[in-house]
Amino acid sequence: MEDNQRIKESLTKKFKDKVLNVKEPLGDTVIQVKKQDILEILKFLKEKPQDYSMLLDLTCVDYKGKKPRFEMVYHVFSLSKNHRLRIKCGVPEDDLEVPSVCGMWKNANWLEREVYDMFGIHFTGHPDLRRLFMYDGFEGHPLRKDYPLRKRQPRIRLRK
Amino acid sequence: MGKIRPIKKHSYYQKTAHGGFIATKLNYAIGWGRKFSIFHYPFITACCGMEYMSAACAHWDFDRFGVGMTTFSPRQSDLLFVVGTITHKEAPVLKTVYDQMVEPNWVIACGACAVSGGIYDNYAVVQGIDKIIPVDVYIPGCPPRPETILNALLKLQDKIQKQKQDLRWKIIKE
Repeated sequence: MEDNQRIKESLTKKFKDKVLNVKEPLGDTVIQVKKQDILEILKFLKEKPQDYSMLLDLTCVDYKGKKPRFEMVYHVFSLSKNHRLRIKCGVPEDDLEVPSVCGMWKNANWLEREVYDMFGIHFTGHPDLRRLFMYDGFEGHPLRKDYPLRKRQPRIRLRK
Repeated sequence: MGKIRPIKKHSYYQKTAHGGFIATKLNYAIGWGRKFSIFHYPFITACCGMEYMSAACAHWDFDRFGVGMTTFSPRQSDLLFVVGTITHKEAPVLKTVYDQMVEPNWVIACGACAVSGGIYDNYAVVQGIDKIIPVDVYIPGCPPRPETILNALLKLQDKIQKQKQDLRWKIIKE
């Protein structure tokens, strides 16, 4: 709990109005920021006094019908403090560019490829932004809410 | 210890073996040979593989029925054991493996995913492997019990015994 309070204070002190919102659902701190500040804030969190050195997960949510439509979610973990943190940033549908965090965390490479594959978010600065799960020739991004439920894209001709 | 029971004079064995030959149909004899010498190729992609391993190893041991020879080359196998979820990404691989098998061959779809796609009714999963290759025996269950797998193998043996055997020399002649 004191970790939550401490990180909330240090973030609001350093970034002031760049931190849009801080919530604490079920005891986990969730920080809402803007897309253009995400790299700066993650860098601040990773470096020494904060020391959230581990990227546990990086994923995306599609809130179809809301604005902004997509939301990137970064889960980071501090090994020295044994504390978890969640950072979110909205991504509007007409501007799907998000800065890549591959330079900070190596494991972000595949996580970002997965998000690109499933949601079509473009990560600027990613070394090799290809599909991770779906095959070449697959059209669309299957975890988007507007992907047709029954749509199949077989690679070979199916029997009757 | 009880005393040893003597063989009855007119027992079945004496009657048949007396003349030194047995009479049967060629089709039946070939089926009998084929059904007890099934070499199977396990195409395992998911959790049903655990049940397959259990059925194949010492506890249930389907080698008792003459189907225990595992080969890891489809070219030397008679039975393709498709165990687990087949995705659209993997479908061409399964098709290639099936095409490499020599005739006569049989296919078993093991588990709900291989039979019908199972719980995965989504963009990624083939809704039953019979959309790609012909299937002889379907094993339901998520995952199936090893007893179900044994039962399926016995069913397949029945099928092999009863089917019209394709004879290689006849095919070449035609």
